[in-house]
Amino acid sequence: MDGTGPITQELLDIPFPRRDGSRIPYAVFNSPEVYALEQERIFRGPTWSFLGLEAEIPKNGDYKRSYVGETPVVMTRAKDGELAAWVNRCSHRGAEICRKTRGNSVVHTCVYHQWSFSAKGDLQGVPFRRGQKDQTGMPPDFDVKDHGLRKLRVESYRGLVFGSFSDTVAPLAEYIGPEMREYVDRIFNRPIEYLGCTRQFSNSNWKLYIENVKDPYHASLLHLFHTTFNILRVGMKVTTTTDSTGLHSALLVVKNQEETAEGYKAQNIRTYQDGFRLQDPSVLDMVQEYAELSTNHIQPIFPQLVIQQIHNTLVARQLIAKAHDKFELVFHFFGYADDTPELRAMRIKQANLVGPAGYISMEDTEATELVQRGIVGHGTAQSVLDMSRHKPDETATMISEGLVRRFWEGYRNLMGFSAGDLA
Amino acid sequence: MSLPLRWQLLELQEAYIAAIDDDRLEDWPGFFTDDGLYEIIPKENEDFGLPAPILRCDNTAMMRDRVASLRHANIFEQPTYRHMISGLRVIEEGADTALMRTNYLVVNTSLEGTTSVYQAGIYKDVVVRTEDGWKFREKRVVYDTSRVQTLLAYPI
Repeated sequence: MDGTGPITQELLDIPFPRRDGSRIPYAVFNSPEVYALEQERIFRGPTWSFLGLEAEIPKNGDYKRSYVGETPVVMTRAKDGELAAWVNRCSHRGAEICRKTRGNSVVHTCVYHQWSFSAKGDLQGVPFRRGQKDQTGMPPDFDVKDHGLRKLRVESYRGLVFGSFSDTVAPLAEYIGPEMREYVDRIFNRPIEYLGCTRQFSNSNWKLYIENVKDPYHASLLHLFHTTFNILRVGMKVTTTTDSTGLHSALLVVKNQEETAEGYKAQNIRTYQDGFRLQDPSVLDMVQEYAELSTNHIQPIFPQLVIQQIHNTLVARQLIAKAHDKFELVFHFFGYADDTPELRAMRIKQANLVGPAGYISMEDTEATELVQRGIVGHGTAQSVLDMSRHKPDETATMISEGLVRRFWEGYRNLMGFSAGDLA
Repeated sequence: MSLPLRWQLLELQEAYIAAIDDDRLEDWPGFFTDDGLYEIIPKENEDFGLPAPILRCDNTAMMRDRVASLRHANIFEQPTYRHMISGLRVIEEGADTALMRTNYLVVNTSLEGTTSVYQAGIYKDVVVRTEDGWKFREKRVVYDTSRVQTLLAYPI
């Protein structure tokens, strides 16, 4: 059994009070049943999950462990340079095969009975297959071709590697969609270099984090770093976009083109008498690398990826659901292969802004955990996402929950949950 | 290695962790030379020679900024840390400088009263003798606990 068939026998419905994604029943955040159904309908369903960066496995034989939802997988670069991925579960008795986070090997051997597999997941060797002396081995009808590892479809888009259990999902580029590709292309416009990762573990539902990265409304209210240090952010131009499903989205915040990088730097140290100032504002330095002088590019590609450019830090965040009330966030830092040493040093310094200890990000998991704790005993309670609901065309604003509403429409469709009549 | 040096370095290390455990963060930058480096980086990056840290201050002004931000800007549940250190080894010893390694374990107690292991790792330190006694010119905190629970606010 490849384990990808339906496991939920009964139809589970979590009715959404409204069709426009503005009222979310809290049950979607703390129900183990919903979580189990998501594994089936989302992670093993018609989606592409981000596995890692090609830059993490540049050489033939390189591999790294990853996840599609709760399922452990291994992504590899095979002998011929092709990308592959397979479930990290021996086709014999189910033992985990690959036991290191990353490494290089063209053969993967299960330690239990030493069944060995190629980097593409094909079964290559079975000890005592033909027996030994007068002892018999495998039956004559045993064919190694029938016992490879459970392989995933694998595709890379501009160095971002995705895997899917689905035979029917559209090719990756089409799944990402034309609206979103424009933004992916913006960041992944030339070869990158992997700089390492940091990991954060949160006792909250993974979709609370998706809401967070689609919610610019919270940015200046939860993250008080800029306001506390009187760092003015004037003349910002905001763009928010979704794909046709609403599941993916992009938020781009751009500084006024007339302002130079020098001007931006000068602004950072502007102070008020009664305020705080940064003694070393170099953490907020910025050099323009794209057509637009963007301070923030936040782009979730559902369900497992968030592309992030904040100043000059570049991160592919991987969102891994671990339980109905647990997720892990892996921040894959990268730079461009042609970075000058100064620019590379700047990217490393700006790691202070983001990640588990980031000045403008550490509160995000704190907030998702506050929600997880707050909704215990929710009954039929629901969240309210009304900000700018009556102006769905207003997308050039931070003060909106529009992206979150579009996400919930897409999610509800994917999960097959019903909706009430309103809106 | 002379015993007095070991005693002096252990004293530095214990004074350092006491400042954090006692929530005297304002004293924390004072354990460094002005151009001192303080970095927290996961072991998995260190092992592969990858540079991404979770926190990196390359002078004491950046450390004071971190403290100001923790006190006035960032939102987090107040941690109660207790650092345990052991296995202090002096790797190299010069006239006024030394390289040392020390294991650490940090337990955190939540507001609700649960104590758990927050982080284990090793300090990789370069210390120098100054007019004001031994200071860190480099304190690199290499942590084994790669999954940071919820967030990291306070220094380790």
